Amino acid sequence: MSGIFCSLRQLSVTYGRGVAAALDGIDLDIVAGERLAIIGESGSGKSTLARALAGLLPEGARVGGEMLWPGLGHAPRPGRDFGVVFQDPGSSLNPVLTIGEQVAEGARRHLGLSWKQAYVRAEELLGRVRIPQPEKTMRAFPHQLSGGQRQRVAIAAAIAARPALLIADEATSALDVVVQAEIVRLLDGLVREDGMTLLFITHDIALASGFVDRIAVFRNARLVEAGPVRSVLSAPKSDYTAALIASHRDLATPPLIAEVQP
Amino acid sequence: MNWLRRLLRTPEGAAGLAILLILLLAGLLAPVVSPGDPLRIAGRALLAPFTDPAFPLGTDRLGRDVLAGLLYGARTSLAVGLAAAFSAMVLGLCVGMVAGFAGGFIDEALMRVVDAFQIVPAFLLALAFVSTIGVSTPIIVLAIALGTWADPARLTRAQVLAIREQDYVASARVIGMHPAEIAFREILPNALPPVLALSATIVAGAVLTEAALSFLGLGNPNIATWGSMIAEGRSVLRSASYLSIIPGAALAVTVLGVHLFSEGLGKALGDNDVGAA
Repeated sequence: MSGIFCSLRQLSVTYGRGVAAALDGIDLDIVAGERLAIIGESGSGKSTLARALAGLLPEGARVGGEMLWPGLGHAPRPGRDFGVVFQDPGSSLNPVLTIGEQVAEGARRHLGLSWKQAYVRAEELLGRVRIPQPEKTMRAFPHQLSGGQRQRVAIAAAIAARPALLIADEATSALDVVVQAEIVRLLDGLVREDGMTLLFITHDIALASGFVDRIAVFRNARLVEAGPVRSVLSAPKSDYTAALIASHRDLATPPLIAEVQP
Repeated sequence: MNWLRRLLRTPEGAAGLAILLILLLAGLLAPVVSPGDPLRIAGRALLAPFTDPAFPLGTDRLGRDVLAGLLYGARTSLAVGLAAAFSAMVLGLCVGMVAGFAGGFIDEALMRVVDAFQIVPAFLLALAFVSTIGVSTPIIVLAIALGTWADPARLTRAQVLAIREQDYVASARVIGMHPAEIAFREILPNALPPVLALSATIVAGAVLTEAALSFLGLGNPNIATWGSMIAEGRSVLRSASYLSIIPGAALAVTVLGVHLFSEGLGKALGDNDVGAA
């Protein structure tokens, strides 16, 4: 693993006046080439972190602290240096543009390709994210694809300009379990092949711990703890992380509703 | 042309489109069916309809051919109606886009201007405009457009406000698109359908306003219009009511056709949204 890609120093974000901070004094380093999972419940500030990194905070938001990008040496250029995959694949693709156009856009804009070259690259990308019949899908519109396929297309569009950082903001939360596993496997493979840094934001600690290198746990706008997966899972420093791990449910967990005895 | 097929599948859409096509054909073929100036004196005055094969719909007080007036009037009505609605739509779309996209002070300022135009009755505004500046077809088009652009502006703004929060707009920002490009490539095509459905209603309103202006003698006197034909027939309403009834019926059929078309279009475009969900 090489140097630090991005470091956050006392990063705070507040939406509007008199409201509790959405992020409060976050100190976090993102190492180049690592796969970092940001775990937290709804409202813990994990999506705000993604939005702050991507420069997508709304106009009224106030940002404090520093965001340094030593891995790049300059402020990140949207699309070129990072790509974002959003939660809902139903709304992250424009319904009136073809799949090909949306995937090719980033490549054309940042890699200096012509539309024709960008379309060739888009078709390759669709093949890489394992969309069946890429050449046919290029001409399709988002509503003709399933949720999992749309998320694959969104991933292809996000990595079209070969960004160094991929931010997946709850990218699997709107999908069913089988598709979730496929998307995670896909992200894992893509990140390995291209040497990208992955920021995987999720509420599902079990899903994330299966493939990331490090975990950062957020609660109530603060960073609770961060560390390698194994040490966080086996010896959580904070009670909250322990509770989060304990609250993981699988088939062995006793049912939430007790069976009624006749 | 997917939407056209869906439009034709709705009975309203098919009927509306048929009526509009017939009117369009009538307007286009007017010089073929009745060559010469429709305002010239062609025969004996006050011939009743269906009495003289040369004048199937009769003649008016001055001996002008009613059929010729009707055909050339279709031209005027459709041309003025479409041109006025088109100008209103373009103006409304631009203002709505800018207001919704820019937000803040610009939005407030533009919406107060829209308020001002919505407060004044469209017909009074057109009347005042034409009677001050003078009568010519472009001025009439402009006068009608000024009274009707506010509705599409409001609708477009509301659409833009909803659409700009969508994730695909965020993705467009994330890949570094310029705001103007986001506005025209990502937002505008998605904001269009409801505004387009409104456009047909605007055409109908514009056709009626044009007729009303002509009826009051504020239409272009050198071209045949249905409004001025109705006004002409007013003085002989008891003896030759057909002179007012025929252009009146044409006007009613046109507006009906436009409304049916708009109903069908709304349904066809609405189906699209359901299919996309």
